[in-house]
Amino acid sequence: MKLTINGKSVNVDAPADMPLLWVLRDEIGMKGTKFGCGVAQCGACTVHLDGQPVRACVTPVGSVGARHVTTVEGLSATAEGNAVRAAWEALDVAQCGYCQAGQMMAATGLLLRNPRPSDADIDAAMQGNFCRCSTYKRIRAAIKTAAGIDPSDRREV
Amino acid sequence: MTTRRELLLSLGATSAGALVLGFGFATGAGAAARPLPPASSGRGAADRARLGNYVMITADGSVTLYARNPEMGQGSKTLLPMLIAEELDADWDRVKVEYAPADAKRYEAQYAGGSMSVPDNWEPMRRVGAAARAVLVEAAARRWQADAGALVTERGFVIDRASGRKLGYGELAAEAARLPLPDPKTLTLKAPATFTILGKSHRSVDTSAILDGRPLYGIDTVVPGMKYAVYVKSPVPGARLKRADFAAARSMPGVEQVFAVEGVTPGASEQIGLARGLAPGIAIVGRNWWQVNRARTALAAEWDDAFGAEHDSEAYDARARKLLDGSGETRRQKGQVEQALAGATTVVESVYETPWLPHLTLEPQNCTARPTASGVEIWAPSQFPNDGRELVAATLGLPLDEVTVHMVRCGGGFGRRIMNDYMVEAAVIARRAKAPVKLLWAREDDVAHDYYRPGNYHRLRAGLDGAGRVVAYAVHGVSFSRGGKPVNGGEIGLDAAPGLLVPNFRLEQSLIPTILPTGWLRAPADNSLAFVHESFWDELAVAAKRDPLQFRLDHMRASFAHPIADPTEEGEPPYDVRRAAAVLERVAERSGWGRQSTPKGVGLGVATYFSHRGYVAQVAKVRVRADGDWHVEKIWVVADVGPIILNPTTAHAQVEGAVIEGVGQLTGEIRFERGRAVQANLTDFRLMRMPAAPEVDVHFLLTDNPPTGLGEPALPPALAAVSNAIFAACGARVRALPLTAQKIMAARTDVQHAG
Ligand code: FES
Ligand code: FES
Repeated sequence: MKLTINGKSVNVDAPADMPLLWVLRDEIGMKGTKFGCGVAQCGACTVHLDGQPVRACVTPVGSVGARHVTTVEGLSATAEGNAVRAAWEALDVAQCGYCQAGQMMAATGLLLRNPRPSDADIDAAMQGNFCRCSTYKRIRAAIKTAAGIDPSDRREV
Repeated sequence: MTTRRELLLSLGATSAGALVLGFGFATGAGAAARPLPPASSGRGAADRARLGNYVMITADGSVTLYARNPEMGQGSKTLLPMLIAEELDADWDRVKVEYAPADAKRYEAQYAGGSMSVPDNWEPMRRVGAAARAVLVEAAARRWQADAGALVTERGFVIDRASGRKLGYGELAAEAARLPLPDPKTLTLKAPATFTILGKSHRSVDTSAILDGRPLYGIDTVVPGMKYAVYVKSPVPGARLKRADFAAARSMPGVEQVFAVEGVTPGASEQIGLARGLAPGIAIVGRNWWQVNRARTALAAEWDDAFGAEHDSEAYDARARKLLDGSGETRRQKGQVEQALAGATTVVESVYETPWLPHLTLEPQNCTARPTASGVEIWAPSQFPNDGRELVAATLGLPLDEVTVHMVRCGGGFGRRIMNDYMVEAAVIARRAKAPVKLLWAREDDVAHDYYRPGNYHRLRAGLDGAGRVVAYAVHGVSFSRGGKPVNGGEIGLDAAPGLLVPNFRLEQSLIPTILPTGWLRAPADNSLAFVHESFWDELAVAAKRDPLQFRLDHMRASFAHPIADPTEEGEPPYDVRRAAAVLERVAERSGWGRQSTPKGVGLGVATYFSHRGYVAQVAKVRVRADGDWHVEKIWVVADVGPIILNPTTAHAQVEGAVIEGVGQLTGEIRFERGRAVQANLTDFRLMRMPAAPEVDVHFLLTDNPPTGLGEPALPPALAAVSNAIFAACGARVRALPLTAQKIMAARTDVQHAG
């Protein structure tokens, strides 16, 4: 079957029910997309299908069709992705870093549809992305930095 | 560190003419501090082979520094080379960093644990840099026939300011490699005020690889011809296989080999300590991990697991409560506790319970192993790679030299990867499969086969005199045992404060035998003990009708006159109550303690704790809603870890992460039925996620003490600061974790009507 990954056409020979995550990692050898749970609970495997964040661990490769797959390796193809990567670097968000590919994909997905997210928007978009190292404070600030808005935490509790 | 051991340096050149500086310690009477003869002399080769290489400078000026310790996000792969680079005056932006090989003979214990990277390496790593710098300067002095003392170094150059001449380190490397090494004793280290690299924020050396999604972690390892494997084990840890349908698994797509592995039971004396032996199981090996993992369902394995039948969380709870009604084995005491309690004006008594917790590193456990002609080569995300290497050698019956272990970045550690169980499994499977194999645990394996943080149970009794001073402190703690000894990570200790500040105290311990694997979780023991004692201290302040922060300070100040030595912590610096008081005073200032007016339903709570050589005080601001749901708005943190914050961005990150993790622990729990974990995947846990993560304000109080680590000490106080704030907000004192809305609703004393 034919996939479009980060703008390139890739031929893969995998059963249709194999999750996209394992096609990317083990069949194609792209290791940027991470495995954390396999049950759509951690977000480490987040990729975009036509710009929409999805969990690759529960996305059968056969369901991808003609939709364009974007992974962290292709993050910089959009202005939003570039801004996210730059903010992640500037704010030194990563600790172990293992969740961050998924975090950046989720954040980029948010900015693609909402260029000036509020704290509530960030909470809603990012709550499916677990960070075991608890880098949430910097993720929040980095998303706002990428969006060009005041990075301070303005949540009302 | 350097006081009892002698520093050894070695200098040599590679065949390509690069300078290589080796370094190590000699222990024992015969080892006089000395440089080894240069490599070209041929003498001292055996000595040199015992030393680890830390610095390599090639003719093109590139400087490679070797990080001896594992990296799991705590920053040591960046910080240890920064320590070298500072004294070397290398150009940090151009330095390359690589992991040292896992080799305890040459690099000593290479580990990530106990927040010890800074205390262990602060001085030795700087001496490595200073020695390398000294020979480079000497080489320049000889070339220029100048006085070495008049030359300076800056960003990879030796400079003669008088004449304006300068030479790059690369141009000097070959000559420097042939010089005699300086006597380590003559090396003078920089005054911290003159640091140019340390004390400034530097991103992780792996940042670009992380952000660009380049292969970096254990799970990303690829070896030519590599197969993928899962290892199916009994849900009751250690149970032997009764039967399984091997043929059915073999017929699944992508599966190439399915075989049973006999377990190796460790000797009785090895049951306590790092994980030993090898659990029995079934290996499924094939061409794609998803396929081999799916094949496990076809196995329909049955296990000889009846021995787990009585190991239920509920049974443990019932047993512990019964034990707390009686007395335990006295572990420590001072003064006359019962007498003091009898004479006290007020006696406060409470029972606290903390649950078992999983580690849940986000990168599941994994290891890649390649069989070699006579041994095995391993790539493993491990916090204790030397131990893993020894464990593999011992379990497989291989000479140590036939086991090579490469460190790879860990996607989180938190103490889980101190245990190297997955390393042994991968080594055995690869040798049986006669192929390189990447073993990857499913998340379900990780939850079912963790080395859990054991829970504990405490009955605390304290007596106050008429002036509101704590005069008696009696603790009975229940933990777990294996082979009659307390399990790892479940030690029952006496909190330094208030415990050691009180004139009469006693610590009793009871143990419940368990078959469940236990281990260390970030800030082991302290992560639960701080909740217990710091919550109870708050209760004592309430009983004394005092402000809880002032109450703590008063007791600390009253102890200034008598320094407190804790004899249980041999070799550790003693508890310094003045430092404890100072962080508390500072956090009061920063949080506006006593000056903040909080709206209804919002409370401030304080806690302070000393662990892993660090002094940390925290104030939490928490809102409790009408339905008992609670949200931490902000936590102010003040930490004293010495005179300088070596890499501020990482130091702040460690504190932010530890504090938020601590808040998350308030709602964490794993329970067991018939010897097996009830929870299976992340779906079954209430995890700390973005919306619940509080704002964290981090401040370091700089003091004239040796610099210490930050991976752990900021975690313990967070739990109690939050639970004390919940009490302040609504009057609910929840003493049994997890801290749920239901428990708050049952205990709250403010007038609230849900809905
Ligand atoms: S691996 Fe896909 S959400 Fe966890
Ligand atoms: S940085 Fe470690 S899991 Fe997020």
